[in-house]
Amino acid sequence: MSAPLLSIEDLNVTFSTRRGLVQAVRGVSLSLQPGEMLGLVGESGSGKSVTGFAVTRLLDKAGRIANGRILYKGQDITRASAADFRNLHGAAMAMIFQNPRAALNPIRAVGQQIADAILAHKRISSQEAREAALNLLRAVQIRDPERRMNAYPHELSGGMCQRVMIAIAISCNPQFLIADEPTTGLDVTTQKVVMDLLASIAAERGMATILITHDLGLAARYCSRVVVMEQGRLVEEAAPLTLFHAPQHPYTRRLVAASPTATSRVTDLVPDGELKPSIEVKDGSPPAHGTPPLLDVQRIVKRFDDGTAAVTDFSMTMTAGESVGLVGESGSGKSTTSRMICRLIDPSEGEILFDGYSISKIPARDFHRSPSRKDIQIVFQDPNDSLNPRFTAFDCIAHPLLRLLRMRSGDALRQRVEECAHRVGLPKELLSRFPHQLSGGQKARVGIARAIACSPRLLVLDEPTAALDVSVQAVVLQLLDRLRREDNLAFLFVSHDLNVVRMMCDRTIVLRAGGIVEQGESRALFANPRTDYTRELVDAVPHIGAPAALVPA
Amino acid sequence: MSSMDASSTLRHTIWVLRGNLVTAVAAAGALFLLLVAIFGPALVPYDPVASDVPQALQPPSALHWAGTDQLGRDVFSRLIVAARLDLAIAITAVGISFAIGAVIGSLCGYVGGRLDRAVGRFVDVVMAFPLFVLAMAMVAALGNRVENIVIATAIINLPFYIRFSRAEVNIRRNLGWVEAARACGDSHVSVVLRFLLPNVLPAMAVQISLNLGWAILNAAGLSFIGLGVKPPTPEWGIMVAEGARFISTGRWWLVAFPGLALMFAVLCFNLLGDGLRDILDPRMRT
Repeated sequence: MSAPLLSIEDLNVTFSTRRGLVQAVRGVSLSLQPGEMLGLVGESGSGKSVTGFAVTRLLDKAGRIANGRILYKGQDITRASAADFRNLHGAAMAMIFQNPRAALNPIRAVGQQIADAILAHKRISSQEAREAALNLLRAVQIRDPERRMNAYPHELSGGMCQRVMIAIAISCNPQFLIADEPTTGLDVTTQKVVMDLLASIAAERGMATILITHDLGLAARYCSRVVVMEQGRLVEEAAPLTLFHAPQHPYTRRLVAASPTATSRVTDLVPDGELKPSIEVKDGSPPAHGTPPLLDVQRIVKRFDDGTAAVTDFSMTMTAGESVGLVGESGSGKSTTSRMICRLIDPSEGEILFDGYSISKIPARDFHRSPSRKDIQIVFQDPNDSLNPRFTAFDCIAHPLLRLLRMRSGDALRQRVEECAHRVGLPKELLSRFPHQLSGGQKARVGIARAIACSPRLLVLDEPTAALDVSVQAVVLQLLDRLRREDNLAFLFVSHDLNVVRMMCDRTIVLRAGGIVEQGESRALFANPRTDYTRELVDAVPHIGAPAALVPA
Repeated sequence: MSSMDASSTLRHTIWVLRGNLVTAVAAAGALFLLLVAIFGPALVPYDPVASDVPQALQPPSALHWAGTDQLGRDVFSRLIVAARLDLAIAITAVGISFAIGAVIGSLCGYVGGRLDRAVGRFVDVVMAFPLFVLAMAMVAALGNRVENIVIATAIINLPFYIRFSRAEVNIRRNLGWVEAARACGDSHVSVVLRFLLPNVLPAMAVQISLNLGWAILNAAGLSFIGLGVKPPTPEWGIMVAEGARFISTGRWWLVAFPGLALMFAVLCFNLLGDGLRDILDPRMRT
């Protein structure tokens, strides 16, 4: 083994906060070999990003390296002067971030921004810098680079912006790159393209990469070595295959189990969770012959005022207790469709029948008075913005009961709210808290409790776990599955995560550009996609256990 | 539940005031002003409008803490009594413009479209005038009465509340909890009034507080040029106007004390703003 390019020895990072010192990184040691791609995996708060920031010296003011050393090519850079460090930035190391749009200057053309990065480190003319920037845009495979040079970040898609960020990062040929969740928030297919590009650029230039991610599958697919962090500590380090097939540390074992794969079932996610594999929960009884389906959506269309159509033609039926997945990339119209079915917005054309009665005749403006309002409820994507900041958890859950069931404040209401909280596993003590005093998982539970408070029959779930850590997602998915079986609830599960949909849904509908591409029984559909588009989607999902044939030597 | 809330609000308020000396001082000053406005008139040593010509234009002394004016009235007593009128004008005017402006602005921010554009242009038109001149014109047209000062001050403050609440509601209208409220059976109107407006309040508290100071100045300014409050009613603006005639002869106390009172009031309300937001926003609680 050659000398490591970067080594971190017993790194400790502390933050001084209102509640005293917080240890974000505790005694992390790791090394990076030239040209290798190292995965740094962990959930939020594990200290993985802070480790990256400590190396690139981007810790914010409250953070401090309390202990330990960072060596670059054997030289201690922990206490290097600001001037020395400036030379290291760019030439030695570069970093790319999660939200490329936020990392780019919105009022400067992207070509200019790349040129700026070059000019900051090299003494060349601005014409030469522009030439170099153009070549970099070619290197990151941006189509029509001459024209894109003058584009502003808002004119580019998220994936394009991330390519520009990569171009900036590699502009001075750094020895290593720290990529902090580079594809989080991008669609799976875009994620694959960006990651493949990053991997090939790294391989071409012999650049080492630290890939910081919460996605075990992503790390498994692209990294030759993976380290797992938990609460600031490094708990395990191994080759991806070993790590995922024979995890040693209990935390890694939990994490691996919680990551949905192509074959996992809801019960496997949390082996000792609330759904025991041995207990067979009753499935919804098939509906009697002749009864109308619970939901019958007939050729709905949504056009906006400016004439653009978000949904061009969408039909589906659902029976009581059934769970149907709605998948597609951003812009496929899945959110618009779910909002129409929820009767929060009006379809431009078509009809929605619930229980055999048309509910699309009542305009969305008046639907809050309809008796069907309590039967169709929704769980929102981001638990952080789905709860009113001025409501306590109790108020949030009580709200639909007060409005839709016309309950009065008092013991009965309190009892009902506590019962809902109990069903979603939210401790009673937390009911008096405001949303900002709850964790992401707890907020998600409040959102679910609110949605089931009035015993709905159809629950629309709009990416209910997209903003949660995998281990929290696992618990929430189990919870949802249990609730569905207990109440014979029908689920319309909107998600971009195919593995989650496969697990949770009997049937799946694939949406693209506002129209249905393909639909069918979930397992069959994902095992044998009939259309190229679905196949592309399925192939783009990084799987644990499917190691990359990538990273050429 | 409610008693627990009240005590936690009190604890939080104390916590904010402790951590922020400026806010604490401003809050104490504003509280002092309010107490003066409420109880002052009952406690003053002299009748504020009774003239005593032999005692005219006396400098500050143990008998007359802030001296006497040209008619021998006690300046200190007049200052105290004026606090009630000035604060009442400012608070009523700001209250009116807040109540109307926040509702209109929130509706515009939530509904958007034609209503938003129409109101937006109206606001532009109002703001295009020099606001003090506009207030002068309104008082002159409506009649020289205290109510009209209140109305004029309320109208010239209205655009700020409309714009502010519109912007604050606009950035929140597509958040999950707004849609959730709709799914939970609330109508659009109820979403605006019961969900969005309360969430905009903490940020608006800053505006309200700044505006109070400004409204006091505005009322005093109108009185200074002879509109609105008429002598012999004690009012800070009139006192400054009347005292200005004597400043060249060295009777500084006639202008200095009402001027200081104005400055103190405006300063208190301006500094209070930031702290108020911290107190009202539940997210600031830990």
